[in-house]
Amino acid sequence: MHSAGATEGNLDLGNFEKMASTLTREQYLELYYFMRLNRELEEQMVWLFRQNKIVGGLYSSFGQEAISVGTSYALGPGDWIAPMIRNIGALLVRGFKPRDILTQHMARYTSPTLGKDGTSHFGDLKARHVVSPISMLGDLIPVMTGIAMAGRYLGQKIVTMTWIGDGGTSTGVFHEGLNLAAVQKAPLVLIVENNQWAYSTPVERQAPLKNLADRAKAYGIESAIVDGNDAVAVERTTREAVAHARAGNGPVLIEAKTMRMRGHAQHDAAEYVPKEMLEAWKKRDPLDRYEKFLNENKLWDAKTKKEIDARIAREIQTDVEFAENSPFPPPELAEQGVYCEGCHTVEADWKRPKEEVMPPRSSVKPEWPVRALLGARQKETKLFAGNGARPPTQKKVAPKSKPGKKPARVPVRAKVGR
Amino acid sequence: MAETTYLEAIRQALFEEMDRDPAVVLIGEDVGVYGGAFKVSEGLLERFGWERVIETPISESAIVGAAVGMGYAGLRPVAEMQFIDFIACCFNQITNFAAKSHYRWGAPVPMVLRGPSGGGVHGGPFHSANPEMYFVHTPGLKVICPATPYDAKGLLKSAIRDNNPVLFFEHKYLYRRIKENLPDGDFTVPIGKATVRREGRDLTIVSYAAMLHTSLEAAAELEKEGIQAEVIDLRTLLPLDRDTILASVRKTNKLLVVHEDTRTGGIAGEIAAVVTESAFEDLDGPIRRVTSLDTPVPYAPQLEEYFLPNAAKVVAAARELAHY
Repeated sequence: MHSAGATEGNLDLGNFEKMASTLTREQYLELYYFMRLNRELEEQMVWLFRQNKIVGGLYSSFGQEAISVGTSYALGPGDWIAPMIRNIGALLVRGFKPRDILTQHMARYTSPTLGKDGTSHFGDLKARHVVSPISMLGDLIPVMTGIAMAGRYLGQKIVTMTWIGDGGTSTGVFHEGLNLAAVQKAPLVLIVENNQWAYSTPVERQAPLKNLADRAKAYGIESAIVDGNDAVAVERTTREAVAHARAGNGPVLIEAKTMRMRGHAQHDAAEYVPKEMLEAWKKRDPLDRYEKFLNENKLWDAKTKKEIDARIAREIQTDVEFAENSPFPPPELAEQGVYCEGCHTVEADWKRPKEEVMPPRSSVKPEWPVRALLGARQKETKLFAGNGARPPTQKKVAPKSKPGKKPARVPVRAKVGR
Repeated sequence: MAETTYLEAIRQALFEEMDRDPAVVLIGEDVGVYGGAFKVSEGLLERFGWERVIETPISESAIVGAAVGMGYAGLRPVAEMQFIDFIACCFNQITNFAAKSHYRWGAPVPMVLRGPSGGGVHGGPFHSANPEMYFVHTPGLKVICPATPYDAKGLLKSAIRDNNPVLFFEHKYLYRRIKENLPDGDFTVPIGKATVRREGRDLTIVSYAAMLHTSLEAAAELEKEGIQAEVIDLRTLLPLDRDTILASVRKTNKLLVVHEDTRTGGIAGEIAAVVTESAFEDLDGPIRRVTSLDTPVPYAPQLEEYFLPNAAKVVAAARELAHY
């Protein structure tokens, strides 16, 4: 019997204090709008898929809308995101319209990629700061780390965010990327969307961990666990993580526990998922719960809901018509645009004086700053105690540094090669 | 004018580009304090500081991924592979992320990925590779293999200023073995342009990187026998300068391709296809190639020497072709 950690009651908010909500009524309603739009748009695409109007595969984030919307909603306009396949909600929050997503799936010439790529594989470097994903999992993490590092270098005070599934945390580049972000203290917020299934493989077969958030411990970074089907908790936790990263405290990993309520993609009936698991999670549907939250806090009434739902239906209908009436790309487009030959400008948005980074930086010495020669490593000696190996005796050699004194600077030769 | 090694020329290009443009940063393993495994980046940390000379963990995928991200943010990162053999570790970031980015969604990746390639220094199977053809087969990349200090400097500058992901393969055998008087001041060499290093009428030898020097040595030997070989230095493998190759073949009517890369799937095959497609009527003999063997690069000097092309092998193949 498959057991899902997230069905347990109290979810740990990790190192983050529970904080009072700071959103306005309008913002709460906007969260609903995006989550409902996310769901209705994807449901509409299921119909289009069945009519053979979706050219390739169709992936659903049904039941995970609170994560895409809640996390991306916590970012500022200058921040960057890189969505994954189940983060259409984040694209909507970032300002893309249903027509962008519809035309992408339907391979139309009016799509953001002109039909060159499908699904959520599109982005916008200049205005919306959205990086297009690739299908290989984990690769977005170092890329978003690089943007975070560049943003810091340019003085932008930005945060970057990307998502990964429970299965994606098993890739090598997940670890390389997160470790680089950690040593660089890059302002990256990584959302681990633990939906219990990587295609047909349950999370237990990905990692023998109760909480995937534990992976953060290996990199010495902050982490949090959040109920991924609770939009308010997701938004609140993410907002705090974003503040933490923006303040220069390094990356944060948030594990959002949720459930993939559909198959891996539209073709997959997901018969390998135990029915009772789906039933248990159905009771935790993020939209039902969020509507209940809005009701209980008297943030809306039936009329408001009706208005928002009607607006969504209208917008989707208009954009479906737009997509269906859009042309397919001209075949010869296939051989265009492999290289950038002056069609795009590459320009950094400097928020600090360039002079600060220009030579000569005569104060820089080619040596490593070292805090303490051996003291910092002493805790590790207990590792040797259990297996019979002799712990290194280092205590007498360790220099005693007086409190308040500057750390010693000792040149250390780096090793060549491997 | 100052006599400059191939390695020093590369360092000068990095220095001058970082001096010129604050968007240029260097990222890689041991590139700062130590100055890189081959000391290519020695002195850069002192001059440009920690923010622009970024030391990383041993994580090739993360290095390339971060460079891609920096490029998206408007920087012009130069990423270093400690040995080019390790480029296999970040194949996905290069071929699926960087190479396809502009085509898929119009996002240029102004990144240079550079590192020491090639054999002849007894590096063995993991420190001697010529991996260029994995990437020549990847639309969206540019692949450069300079053979001279002038080209190394001028092409690296062009690569840094280019808006596309450029792989810059430095032949480590040449690092300190060849010198050239370089002009003072800024100069660039265009990407995608081959050059004729030696004119001749009897056959065309097409080569690049360290094998250019082997080919020139062979051409000097052939001259003693009265065979005038024209030697072309490709300089850039992708995009390939078909015009220069075809013009020479139309003149000499015979073609020999020499490369240090292994035989099957090497650039010689592509060049042979280009020539038979476009200049078949001009050929007076079969297209020949002198390449390394289809094996990993062996370690023992005796084995490596047997594995690699050399001037004698080139002379023998060229002589046979000239007399065909």
